[in-house]
Amino acid sequence: MGAYDFTGKVAIVTGAARGIGQAIALKLAEGGANLAICDLNAEWLEETKAKVEALGVKALPLAVDVGDGEQVAATIDAVVKAFGSIDIMVNNAGITKDGLLIRMSEADWDAVLRVNLKGVFLFTKAVARIMMKQRSGAIVNIASVVGIMGNPGQANYTASKGGVIALTKTTAKELGSRGIRCNAVAPGFISSKMTDVLSQEVRDKYMEQIPLRNFGTQRDVANAVAFLASSEASYVTGQVLSVNGGMI
Amino acid sequence: MASKLEERVTQIIVEKLGVNAEQVTPEASFIDDLGADSLDTVELIMAFEEEFKLDDIPEEEGEKLTSVGKVLEYLKSKGLDQE
Repeated sequence: MGAYDFTGKVAIVTGAARGIGQAIALKLAEGGANLAICDLNAEWLEETKAKVEALGVKALPLAVDVGDGEQVAATIDAVVKAFGSIDIMVNNAGITKDGLLIRMSEADWDAVLRVNLKGVFLFTKAVARIMMKQRSGAIVNIASVVGIMGNPGQANYTASKGGVIALTKTTAKELGSRGIRCNAVAPGFISSKMTDVLSQEVRDKYMEQIPLRNFGTQRDVANAVAFLASSEASYVTGQVLSVNGGMI
Repeated sequence: MASKLEERVTQIIVEKLGVNAEQVTPEASFIDDLGADSLDTVELIMAFEEEFKLDDIPEEEGEKLTSVGKVLEYLKSKGLDQE
């Protein structure tokens, strides 16, 4: 069992096919939550589904484009139909399309903002209706350290993540009176397939900025999400929890 | 005498806003007279949708339903006073 008790709770995690999203789904499943796992393609979710079910809870895989309001609304309906309630919403789905600002196409800007920011808005809006009726719920949005600091080559991504932080704070203020909490986790440099391919030189350069002198793990991010989603964080809302080894 | 529709509407408003039934007059504005905040008005609309089995009331119509009378009028326009 995990450190937090989610027995009987229902959680939705977007971008759950792999990486941080999968780690979050598994962490919540360890605590006993039933999981609705979302990604663009249902086939990609088979691995996460098997791992979640191996922990003895239910997994409902759902294909959804988070930038499409109708699909998002249908997803929320499907989860309510299957599980009866929604206690935890983790907005994790995100993409990158990096490039220097002066070279960035409008298409690349729009694509990243659509998934990373509009997707959070759409899911929050849809799930808020359910959580308002329940008078309870926890929303956790995955932001990024670069949404606070900025980062060359990521104008679209950093803007989307900065937007997520502002949206998190507004959501907390609008829905707090209904027992709904909303917080963000801002991961720093997390080991992944993406970072494994970087040269030693680049890795060393990043490492200099990290007081704890190692890269984070997906598990580190999932642990922070689990805390914010749990009743242990019942007086925490509108906050950004940085998980970055002390970078900022 | 209050119609059945009025009674159901009044009951929802009393439950949601914690007001007395006597305060729920057709002229009463949810925000100005019944102490609702803007989120309460959204919840009221959601409650009416549920009670009267209406499909989602469009945002632009919902926004106009600012008083008890306007809600009654809207529901009547949907044929809900026929029972």
